[in-house]
Amino acid sequence: MLDSNKDSLKLEAMKRIVAMIARGKNASDLFPAVVKNVACKNIEVKKLVYVYLVRYAEEQQDLALLSISTFQRGLKDPNQLIRASALRVLSSIRVTIIVPIMMLAIKEAASDMSPYVRKTAAHAIPKLYSLDPEQKDQLIEVIEKLLADKTTLVAGSVVMAFEEVCPERIELIHKNYRKLCNLLIDVEEWGQVVIINMLTRYARTQFLNPNMNESLLEEGNDKAFYGSDDDEDEEEDEKDKKAEAPAMAKRKPYVMDPDHRLLLRNTKPLLQSRNAAVVMAVAQLYFHLAPKAEVGVIAKALVRLLRSHSEVQYVVLQNVATMTIKRRGMFEPYLKSFYIRSTDPTQIKVLKLEVLTNLANETNISTILREFQTYIKSMDKDFVAATIQAIGRCATNIGEVRDTCLNGLVQLLSNRDELVVAESVVVIKKLLQMQPEKHSDIIKHMAKLTDNIQVPMARASILWLIGEYCEHVPKIAPDVLRKMAKSFTNEEDIVKLQIINLAAKLYLTNSKQTKLLTQYVLNLAKYDQNYDIRDRARFIRQLIVPTEKSGALSKYAKKLFLALKPAPILESPFKDRDHFQLGSLSHLLNAKAGGYQELPDWPEAAPDPSVRNVEVPEWTKCSSREKRKEKKVEKPFYSDSEGESGPTESADSESDSASGLESGSGIEESGSGSESEESEEGSESEEEEEEEEKDKKKKKKELKKPVQESESEQSSEEEVRKHERKNKQRKSDSESESDEEDDSESESSRSESEDSESETEVKKKKKAAESKPPSKPVKKEKKEMSLLDLDDFEPAPSPQVTPVNTFLSSSLVTDLEGLSLSDTVLSPATTSPCSALKSYELLHRITGEGLCVEYCFSRQPFSPDGNMVAVQMQVTNNSTSDTKNLHMEDVKLQSGMRVKEFPEIELLPAGESATAVMGIDFCDSTQAANFQLCTHTRKFFVSIQPPVGELMRPVFLTENEFKKEQGQLMGMNEITEKLTLDAKCRNEHAIVQSVITAANLSRVPCGSDRECRFAGRTVTSGSLVLATVASKEEGAAQLTVNCEKMVIGTMLVKDILLALTQ
Amino acid sequence: MIHSLFLINASGDIFLEKHWKSVVSRSVCDYFFEAQERATEPENVPPVIPTPHHYLISVLRHRIYFVAVIQSEVPPLFVIEFLHRVVDTFQDYFGVCTEAAIKDNVVVVYELLEEMLDNGFPLATESNILKELIKPPTILRTMVNTITGSTNVGEQLPTGQLSVVPWRRTGVKYTNNEAYFDVVEEIDAIIDKSGSTITAEIQGVIDACVKLTGMPDLTLSFMNPRLLDDVSFHPCVRFKRWEAERILSFIPPDGNFRLLSYHVSSQNLVAIPVYVKHNITFREGSSQGRFDLTLGPKQTMGKSVESVLVSSQLPRGVLNANLNPSQGTYTFDPVTKMLSWEVGKINPQKLPSLKGTMSLQAGASKPDENPTINIQLKIQQMAISGLKVNRLDMYGEKYKPFKGIKYMTKAGKFQVRT
Repeated sequence: MLDSNKDSLKLEAMKRIVAMIARGKNASDLFPAVVKNVACKNIEVKKLVYVYLVRYAEEQQDLALLSISTFQRGLKDPNQLIRASALRVLSSIRVTIIVPIMMLAIKEAASDMSPYVRKTAAHAIPKLYSLDPEQKDQLIEVIEKLLADKTTLVAGSVVMAFEEVCPERIELIHKNYRKLCNLLIDVEEWGQVVIINMLTRYARTQFLNPNMNESLLEEGNDKAFYGSDDDEDEEEDEKDKKAEAPAMAKRKPYVMDPDHRLLLRNTKPLLQSRNAAVVMAVAQLYFHLAPKAEVGVIAKALVRLLRSHSEVQYVVLQNVATMTIKRRGMFEPYLKSFYIRSTDPTQIKVLKLEVLTNLANETNISTILREFQTYIKSMDKDFVAATIQAIGRCATNIGEVRDTCLNGLVQLLSNRDELVVAESVVVIKKLLQMQPEKHSDIIKHMAKLTDNIQVPMARASILWLIGEYCEHVPKIAPDVLRKMAKSFTNEEDIVKLQIINLAAKLYLTNSKQTKLLTQYVLNLAKYDQNYDIRDRARFIRQLIVPTEKSGALSKYAKKLFLALKPAPILESPFKDRDHFQLGSLSHLLNAKAGGYQELPDWPEAAPDPSVRNVEVPEWTKCSSREKRKEKKVEKPFYSDSEGESGPTESADSESDSASGLESGSGIEESGSGSESEESEEGSESEEEEEEEEKDKKKKKKELKKPVQESESEQSSEEEVRKHERKNKQRKSDSESESDEEDDSESESSRSESEDSESETEVKKKKKAAESKPPSKPVKKEKKEMSLLDLDDFEPAPSPQVTPVNTFLSSSLVTDLEGLSLSDTVLSPATTSPCSALKSYELLHRITGEGLCVEYCFSRQPFSPDGNMVAVQMQVTNNSTSDTKNLHMEDVKLQSGMRVKEFPEIELLPAGESATAVMGIDFCDSTQAANFQLCTHTRKFFVSIQPPVGELMRPVFLTENEFKKEQGQLMGMNEITEKLTLDAKCRNEHAIVQSVITAANLSRVPCGSDRECRFAGRTVTSGSLVLATVASKEEGAAQLTVNCEKMVIGTMLVKDILLALTQ
Repeated sequence: MIHSLFLINASGDIFLEKHWKSVVSRSVCDYFFEAQERATEPENVPPVIPTPHHYLISVLRHRIYFVAVIQSEVPPLFVIEFLHRVVDTFQDYFGVCTEAAIKDNVVVVYELLEEMLDNGFPLATESNILKELIKPPTILRTMVNTITGSTNVGEQLPTGQLSVVPWRRTGVKYTNNEAYFDVVEEIDAIIDKSGSTITAEIQGVIDACVKLTGMPDLTLSFMNPRLLDDVSFHPCVRFKRWEAERILSFIPPDGNFRLLSYHVSSQNLVAIPVYVKHNITFREGSSQGRFDLTLGPKQTMGKSVESVLVSSQLPRGVLNANLNPSQGTYTFDPVTKMLSWEVGKINPQKLPSLKGTMSLQAGASKPDENPTINIQLKIQQMAISGLKVNRLDMYGEKYKPFKGIKYMTKAGKFQVRT
């Protein structure tokens, strides 16, 4: 039929052949006939021929070569599906001769237009590698290239190839690390598993152990927890590392690498995956990488998996058992989820029992034991035996219940089922060994049991017990020996050995009564069939029975036999399993499986994190050439000056901007989406030209495609977003309301109200918020020290932020949104990047009779009330006597203004100085706040008048948002002024610095380096303040300020003009 | 990754094999048979069996063992999850996943397996994509194919593979546009001897059957989303939206799929819909035992409890049971000692009961174990947790879809200890 002209007949024939293959019958003799049809037009016939070829090509290599040309033709087909399947089959044919052809095909496909073909290429890599490992170097090149691919489709497959071919080349991941983290959520689920596992390994080599301090703290007891002095030496690098919250930093010098944090954050949503393998992968990642406090989140997800198929349960429980040993607290709330149902398969029951035992502690032991009691009545005897062992383990671990358990077990000795009794005996033996003195009656009871129990292990255990503690039961022991001697010949081997042991021990302690018996037993043993027993008998006779020949050893016989034996430690079989990566096959089997990659230990010191910085950030493509230049200029900030904090900074700034983004992005992407798309396209092509110089054709192809894709992605995104727009708008409204509060507060309140973050995160934040007020002075001091560094960083946000709205798909946007959640605690440290806080005099030394007060606007958010401007006062006592009870009185304010007084300074010794912080709500006016400063002797009238620049706080906007907002604040609200820049501040950096000194604004990224943009909101009303400085030739410049409040706008223009022209 | 796959039926025959890399001899399954023999129950076969050169990872579904052969380290859950996905796909294609169905469609099965794995790594597992590549067999299609000579195999790359919504086919068209959602909750509970609840929790799923034209974008909101303690989503659900607003927003796959499965926190008190009064005793010395069981409705919120099935594994010593049900029928299997009683609907006025005696093996001592009673039941039109869908909205398409939501409560692993 295969030779027929009709496709339908061919198809029928092929179907039969495939059915034969499926049944495992040999169809290899049909090879020539089948191969002819490889070029068949009918696609189903073709596919079946492929199936056949792949199955038998290895056996008939010569004939298989006939088909190669067809595939080579297929590789050039315009249909991507055919290209891909040709490559698939070609690479699946395991014929060594075609290795070069395969290599060529893979290389070509790796730069194919279609991501599907590229994915197939990634799949082909391990195939070729297994066929010919010598191609490794070339294959690594292809992997390297594919790793840089930006499509989610390829990512999973290429990481798979990486794992199979060159898992040791971890350095290939550096440049792609952040991209992989960000793409992760959009990768198909199987790819996610592979990537997460690989990243776990990667993170173990690149980041520091987040729990290293914990172990320190545990040892160094509670004092270290509060007293920061202890870890002073580690604190020296704290400044540049920038802690999550300043208060926390005091305690814990360890700071998580932002990339480490990125990984944890991006994997967390995957705990909600429907795929158990993904959930497990994330769980093991958290277990191995996350700080102790955060590991808890995985418990819930793992418990959920227990509802799944029994095979899944089996694997999950194995892993949970290992986790419970290390982190018991994590699963304690879910104790009841591990209760056993009579319908569970035995292997699941046993594992659940293991988990329950691991979870047992003083508080829950009573419930667990009650639960165990019901299990003992189960019909499944294997399970009952396991339960008894579990009770034994609980009893050893928890001293208080030892007696209860023992009593319970003794009761079980009267059980009718022999297996149960035997198991109890064994467990009781182990328990008794811990405190034998107290329980001689139990030993007696057990001695009686020897008549009934037949299970050898139990008999042996009883005999051993009696022998060991024969001094507690001096009367019974010889009697037992007598009985045993009688039945010696019929006993099992282990029992025989124990009889000999018992005899020997009794002989040593009570030789009068047992001498003959011992002799008799030893004689019986001498002629036993088992050589072990004969051996033992001979050995013991020499030791204990004194003869003239027996040397020095017999003197020590007593010591040898009656030495105190340490009580056995009953421990979990899962005890040491966690050195295997959880979730792996090796872990499950507790043996190294082939190809298992050891989970490396944490490094002592973190390797250079800058390796992950991407030169031209491919995944966050800058929107214009200028931008990239800017990025390059700023490069040193990242890597050189403060290698550590470079990425931190960028992450921070992203997080800050993200809060802005959150409100804006929805509207923006749908509303002005087309606009941004166009501009982006233009810039892309621009970039292309540039790229061309470097590597011509390939790059071009690659670049073109992402553009198309991003477009399609965006357009679909647009659709999606449209519906969200309304909601978003509403949301943004509410957000702008909350924006009036200060940063940290609005964050925490948002987190509370939305209730969307996990508990831990909320907790963390709360903690940070709580710990803020007391640590304020400390923070400020630190602040001043690091001011210079901070100011260098200020422009950094721009390259990182811009791409977000112009290019990437939702995943990145959402990722950035995610960033804002946990990193916000960092923001206070970076939001106010003023180069030098200008101090104003409040009270002169002379008028104040030695008391000198200076104040400055610290630009910190004033945490008790977000609408107030924080004023930091430095009080110095220059007089010779102490000043007492320094406080505020008689505050005179314009209507609407409010003051939050600083706490009274009770005592200021002579020569000392103190800082105090007060908050003033200026109601967006520059009216002075007048009040009296009182000491215990005098009152001084003072007033604080704010410069207009201090009445605002920075907000981060993206370029597009800025333009949009500016468009809305035209006409009356716009003030433009021409100016000539001062010679000193003609470069961009200087402009930025002077503007930011004059007003508390933040830099907005912008496409041209001739223009600097700044944005902020007034503190009280939250109206937007936008400033633009466009510089022209020879220091000419134009300043534009847009603000709803014209008064503020006018004053701000004046102030900035002054700052720029001076 | 996955090297080969063997399908083994209950009687231990290998009826299908498929290799993705070089051929592994089927003798490797001997290790599996060995383990199978050791296990007393079919479900007690360990899922992972190490052999000298390979590892066997198996799942048991529909009385068929799916045994995957692995050669090197791979997360076992990865394989297990994939095998289950294979079974689900078969079920989706053939309606049932039995040995007969697989044998009848062996070519389709082979084509499917070929598409699902490449070199042992999963390639396409979304049923929507697979259905575009390989069309499911129907009688009509087979007839058309034999006449016209067209094929079951798609010639174009499924658009889903490349799009951002890989789970949805493009160009979907229906004349009746409808979207149905079933909220199904299962109560897992252990009730102790005295009738108090030891543990109880609610596991729920929302299964959807969506037949909508084009690219609809749906949002589903709940009246009380805070009820949901732990959720897992179909990949189509936008996670961020859920995090922020507790609204399910998604572009649905075409056809049947599981949108969401959730867990209702055990902090909330779980309403137990039925109570059981039981008195199962064996007297020492006599070869008789008493069996007395009465069921009654408890917190059911006015809904009737239906399709009640009580089953219990009686102790091994029980020879026979002579019982008298007030309603429904009961069966007792003297070999497996399984007692099952089909009660049907519980009438609150006349409570169903099952009374009578059990005869024990003569001379055998009183069994010291007490049987546990497993209960299955259904309550229509109610989600026991009180979860309510607020509204379902569709965007992106112009037509008006027909929407429907159904609630149901079932007993999951509901056990009463005696």
